[in-house]
Amino acid sequence: MIRFTDVSKTFRRNRVLDGVTLDLSKGDRIALVGSNGAGKTTLIRCLLGEYIHDGAIAVEGLSPREHRGQVLRRVGFVPQIPPPLEMPVGELVSFAANVCGSRPERMADVMAELGLDFSRIRRLPFIKLSGGMKQKALIGIALGRDSDILILDEPAANLDPDARHIFFHLLAERKGSGVMLITSHRLDEVAALVNRVIEMDMGRVVLDDRVADDADMTSRVACLVRLVRTDPAFARAAAEWCFHPDENGLVWSGRVNGPDRLRFMCMLSRYTGLIANLSMTAAEEDIPCASQGS
Amino acid sequence: MTPLLHAARLDIAASLRARWFLFYALVFGGVVTLLFVFGVTESRVLGFVGLSRLLVTYIQLCVAILPVFILITTVRSVAGDRAAGVFEYMLALPVPLSAWYWGKMLGRFAVVFLPVFAAMAGAAAWGHYRHLGVPWDLFAVYTLLLMSLSWSFLGLGMLISTVARSPDVAQTGAFLIWLVMLLFLDLILLGLLIREQLPLEAVVGIALANPLQSFRTAAILLFDPQLVILGPASWVILDELGRTGYLVFALTWPLLLGTGCAWLGYRLFRRGDVL
Repeated sequence: MIRFTDVSKTFRRNRVLDGVTLDLSKGDRIALVGSNGAGKTTLIRCLLGEYIHDGAIAVEGLSPREHRGQVLRRVGFVPQIPPPLEMPVGELVSFAANVCGSRPERMADVMAELGLDFSRIRRLPFIKLSGGMKQKALIGIALGRDSDILILDEPAANLDPDARHIFFHLLAERKGSGVMLITSHRLDEVAALVNRVIEMDMGRVVLDDRVADDADMTSRVACLVRLVRTDPAFARAAAEWCFHPDENGLVWSGRVNGPDRLRFMCMLSRYTGLIANLSMTAAEEDIPCASQGS
Repeated sequence: MTPLLHAARLDIAASLRARWFLFYALVFGGVVTLLFVFGVTESRVLGFVGLSRLLVTYIQLCVAILPVFILITTVRSVAGDRAAGVFEYMLALPVPLSAWYWGKMLGRFAVVFLPVFAAMAGAAAWGHYRHLGVPWDLFAVYTLLLMSLSWSFLGLGMLISTVARSPDVAQTGAFLIWLVMLLFLDLILLGLLIREQLPLEAVVGIALANPLQSFRTAAILLFDPQLVILGPASWVILDELGRTGYLVFALTWPLLLGTGCAWLGYRLFRRGDVL
């Protein structure tokens, strides 16, 4: 459905995306993870047709850059940082509904589900809303329209627990209807929603792993983590997962239960800069393994 | 409603909410009011008296105020929106880039031109009410000249906004361009003429390529048909183009310049990163 072919992006001399090649299929619910500067937001902006780049991006054969209207009509987007819009919320919703071919009432309904009373805020400048209200309004706009590609950049960052629960419920309703691309630093929060994890570092895809829901319940993976240098904090975290170092303390090995893989990677993401190499392979032996980390 | 009109409407609404617009409208309304209060309508210059005199003075003041206002407010808002992250969200909606860019320009044109026109129209309405005798032909030509001037600086502003990557750079660039044009009204050209002994036609050509100068000369031409004030330059202008020809030039050149700059800005906007 969406194909990235050798996508690279350079800002002056700084290579932010470096030969990213990915295929996203219908039904993929992807957690796009990585530390700051890994290239997640740049990749999303390229997909939205906002950046020019080397390589090619195609959404069912259409370039987002050359067929903006056709591609973006299918995309619901929630940015990481709400835009500082001076316009009243009602005006924003009306504009978005008009250009997206939706109805403001539909967007207001989603906001209401998230606990945001549209009639109360419609005359308020968007910028004056609290962080959570802005996020709910943007989610309402993204989900209150027909779209089979959802791009959510840290969407739950400002939501209270109740709203987050409802938001995840709304997303779960859309499972299988298209592609969902969710970036988050808190992978454990979106783990239940995704069936694929893509990790980026220094502009490259360093991990592209599928989460096969049924298999994962019983599967185990053997992991090998090679570090660029020893680090006491990493050693403590890895020990909690029952991982063992080699004699130099640079290569750590262990096993992780399938359902815990995402939490394990979440732990690893804190040490992305330290990791020189990561391998995860299906474990052959049925040996009990770690499910720590909590 | 088309995406172009949606984008234009959005920009108009944003401008009407902005403080700069209130200040801008007050300046032009205030200028006309002050001209009435200080009795410009009663004085006489080169045979012009009453409302004609007021319009002549108003148009001369416009050439000083309008371009810099348009340049600064346009580049600040467009480049500012980009830097603040507004574009990231708004351009992720299915709005064609052409509709966004040209809609913004049309909306901006409406808000920069209408207060200037409203002030002038208000003066004309007041003059009509007071039986001062409204020079409608002069009023029509001035309206067209102001439209043309506004469009040219708006086009320049859009181009600068596209090229500059930050509001500060855009604002500095806009101010420098305005300053260079202002200097080319007289000082630099006189210096060039004296030092380089350039042909008079070349110097006049350079001067008239400056929309400030072409507008100013057209405004002068309306109350001084022989362009006596300009001295020898008037020979070149009137011999080459004639009075009507020059007025046509002064109306069309800034329009072409503004459209050309805006088009170039659009091409760059389309071709590069939109953020």
